[in-house]
Amino acid sequence: MEKRAAGQPAARTIMTRILPLLLVLLFALPAAAQDAFLDALPGLAGGFGTQAEAVERLGAGGDARALPVLRALSDSTLRKNGSTVILPDGTDAATGRPADTAGAETVRINNRVRSALRGALGRLQLVSAHADERYAAADSVFRSRSADNVAPLEAAIARESVPRVKERQQLALAASRLVAADAAVKRQGIATLGEASSEDARALLLEARAANPDMTAEIDRAVASIDSRLTFKRAAETLFQGLSLGSVLLLAALGLAITFGVMGVINMAHGEFVMLGAYTTFVVQEACRGIPWLLPWSLPLSVPAAFLVAGLAGTALERGLIRHLYGRPLETLLMTFGVGMILQQAVRLAFGAQNREVLSPAWMQGILSLPGGINITQNRLWVIVFSLLVLGLTLAAIRLTRFGLEMRAVVQNRRTAATMGIRTGRVDALTFAFGSGLAGMAGVALSQIDNVSPNLGTGYIIDSFMVVVFGGVGSLIGTLVGAMGLGVLNKVIEPWAGAVLAKVAVLVIIMLFIQRRPRGLFALKGRAAEA
Amino acid sequence: MNSNITRRAALAGLGGALALPAIRPAFAQGAPIKVGVLHSLSGTMAISETALRDTVLMMVEDQNKKGGVMGRRLEAVVVDPASNWPLFAEKARELLAVSKCDVVFGCWTSVSRKSVLPVFEELNGLLFYPVQYEGEEQSKNVFYTGAAPNQQAIPAVEYLMGKDGGEAKRIALLGTDYVYPRTTNRILRAYLNSKGIADADIMEEYTPFGHSDWQGIVSRVKRFAGEGKKTAIVSTINGDANVPFYRELGNQGIKAEDIPCVAFSVGEEELAGIDTKPLVGHLAAWNYFMSVEGAPNTAFKKMWADYIKSDKRVTNDPMEATYTGFRMWVQAVEKAKSTGVDAVREAMYGQKIMAPCGYEEVMGTNHHLSKPVMIGEVMENGQFNIVYKTPNAIPAENWSPFIPENKNRRG
Repeated sequence: MEKRAAGQPAARTIMTRILPLLLVLLFALPAAAQDAFLDALPGLAGGFGTQAEAVERLGAGGDARALPVLRALSDSTLRKNGSTVILPDGTDAATGRPADTAGAETVRINNRVRSALRGALGRLQLVSAHADERYAAADSVFRSRSADNVAPLEAAIARESVPRVKERQQLALAASRLVAADAAVKRQGIATLGEASSEDARALLLEARAANPDMTAEIDRAVASIDSRLTFKRAAETLFQGLSLGSVLLLAALGLAITFGVMGVINMAHGEFVMLGAYTTFVVQEACRGIPWLLPWSLPLSVPAAFLVAGLAGTALERGLIRHLYGRPLETLLMTFGVGMILQQAVRLAFGAQNREVLSPAWMQGILSLPGGINITQNRLWVIVFSLLVLGLTLAAIRLTRFGLEMRAVVQNRRTAATMGIRTGRVDALTFAFGSGLAGMAGVALSQIDNVSPNLGTGYIIDSFMVVVFGGVGSLIGTLVGAMGLGVLNKVIEPWAGAVLAKVAVLVIIMLFIQRRPRGLFALKGRAAEA
Repeated sequence: MNSNITRRAALAGLGGALALPAIRPAFAQGAPIKVGVLHSLSGTMAISETALRDTVLMMVEDQNKKGGVMGRRLEAVVVDPASNWPLFAEKARELLAVSKCDVVFGCWTSVSRKSVLPVFEELNGLLFYPVQYEGEEQSKNVFYTGAAPNQQAIPAVEYLMGKDGGEAKRIALLGTDYVYPRTTNRILRAYLNSKGIADADIMEEYTPFGHSDWQGIVSRVKRFAGEGKKTAIVSTINGDANVPFYRELGNQGIKAEDIPCVAFSVGEEELAGIDTKPLVGHLAAWNYFMSVEGAPNTAFKKMWADYIKSDKRVTNDPMEATYTGFRMWVQAVEKAKSTGVDAVREAMYGQKIMAPCGYEEVMGTNHHLSKPVMIGEVMENGQFNIVYKTPNAIPAENWSPFIPENKNRRG
């Protein structure tokens, strides 16, 4: 007790000496930050160059008040009045008091400001409470190429608990170390980036290669290591793109595999049934617009609707015209060609020459990242899944249902089928309606990746015939293999020859193939083939 | 007999009633002046050309309200060449030889213009062509009211290589496979080489009209960008192939901050069918944007909205060029006091007009307009944020100095 009492005066003197210092420090720090904030703020109302500089200063200052300002700038909700910067809620960003909004105009930015903004926002959001925001922030910092980010990133990594965010932050740290002044830190960055397997990391390393001639050997080694992993990734992506093109061909050709492959009708209006399906998707979407909870489901709803619409159109065409022309392929070809043109012009008159916009639901947008850094686009993935589903349903309908049985019976021997009590005319109509309905379903999928315009179908008609003939007329499995094979072949040739020549090359290959095997890949054998 | 008379009387009354509204602006004697409209109303180019037909019809209606030209009424003759290039030549011949049109407004793609050119030269017709194109052409029968390469393509690439455009060092040239993109890219390649960009840093790819599968090309552009130099895309993709192209850019996550894409054939009308949110910041180079501020553009936009009876329809650069060309033709006819092609041609040289883009444009003796260059960034609402414009209208260089064999034709 006594000892303590004796020590008290000494402690008090130390306290009285240190306290002012502490106080000064306490106030000086935020005051300096605030000054930087207030200094930089008016720059946002200036020209693009001044704006970019101001954004960088705001990001570097780390002031919490910069975040809402930068966010508003990025959403283009920030306004200015002279040099006063006004937040979306109408307050002056500098003082926090309501501002004079009369005559205020939105602050406009360009790409240069936008990329500065991305870096600054990323840096401020590294400490966000949401994992997704931290993930995006790490990505933004990765691209901002600034050595100042090393310290905040190290701090963020120490705190991070979510593995996928941490991984991104480590990459961002490596990218920031790459531009650091210290050679040892730089080497650390090169080593980490060399273990990544992305085009971005490769680009950063090559960029650094030009700036650091003394580290060429190390950078080359890191790039080579990335390249070895990228080769696999690129091959996988090419395969996916080929399958995706194949799935589109498969969808377009499936209906034709029924009407042309099974029934032998050369239907040049097939592409227009696809187009009708796409427009049905648009109409269903517009009908769902008034009911918010239904809107995300408009696309699945369109599938049966498009099947019905195209199927009905098909029935009308078969009953009204085609059945009078069975056994006269040339007349059928010319007549259906004319019907196709009539349908096109009718749709153009009803909906206008402009393309119609069919929205993609959120679950079909963006990229799906697979392990190994393989990126595939969601909408294409769904089209592949959908095409396989439709193929499965078609096979099931033909193999397992009574309608399928009757259809096969009529195709194999019309007379015998009729004597067994099958109404062959009705089966013809149903089969044609089924094939046309499949085309309509293809239209739903194509509305997601192509333009919904009156001439949507014309682009697919040749490809569809090509696939059916190549795969083997009358064989659904042939259609599947033909479509996927042609898709992959096209995408493998494309990088060397370009899109136009790749298509020509595929056509030449098919011509040569048909010369050798006129019946296609999977030729039907036996009596059915002779009929 | 009786009934006959009443029928005739009724007919006369009906005819009078029908003629009445047309009489209101008092026209002097003389047959109407015929204005041909040669734009595709069906097929792959209908998306772009239909609005141009409406623009010409709007101008004809407007001029007739003002009392016509030299007191004579204007009469529009509309034909549909259906995006079919040989049909363009047939329809042009029909307009000139059968309908006896005094002037024709028409064509969009260069291949359609090349198809009608011999017809106009043979029959000494007069064509106003309202779209930016590759240059390397000058016919005494055509007035070009769109941009030549030095008024669009070259300034746009210059911008990309400048500080505001992101200092691009590698350029991917993507285009549709026909004469305009191939010639423009040839000029651009020569220009880039002259600025020290080697052929290894230029990628060039062409696709057919209406191409929809862009995955391969977009991922090749990504790979091309992975060589450690700032990369930009220059797109001469035409028609509705642009929609899947931009959708693929969005889906593969190519942001304008990383790889900006500047387009020469994408305007407000083309963006109307796309979700523009993923495209914010991508660029277009034109000589007019709907977002231009000023009285001439406000009047032009109001005129269009009134005519089309909708405030949702947009205006764009070729519409503005049609408007400007039409007004100049009216001025030239009034100056020449004749609709004869040779007299109007002489009167066209040096015609001036305050265009909706807010600049005074002059018709040169090389049959091309002087125009300002503007570069816009796509905004979320499908309009353009103008980030750069030249202080003055620039005279056209239709013979590019970057095409060696035509160099000496300038002047």
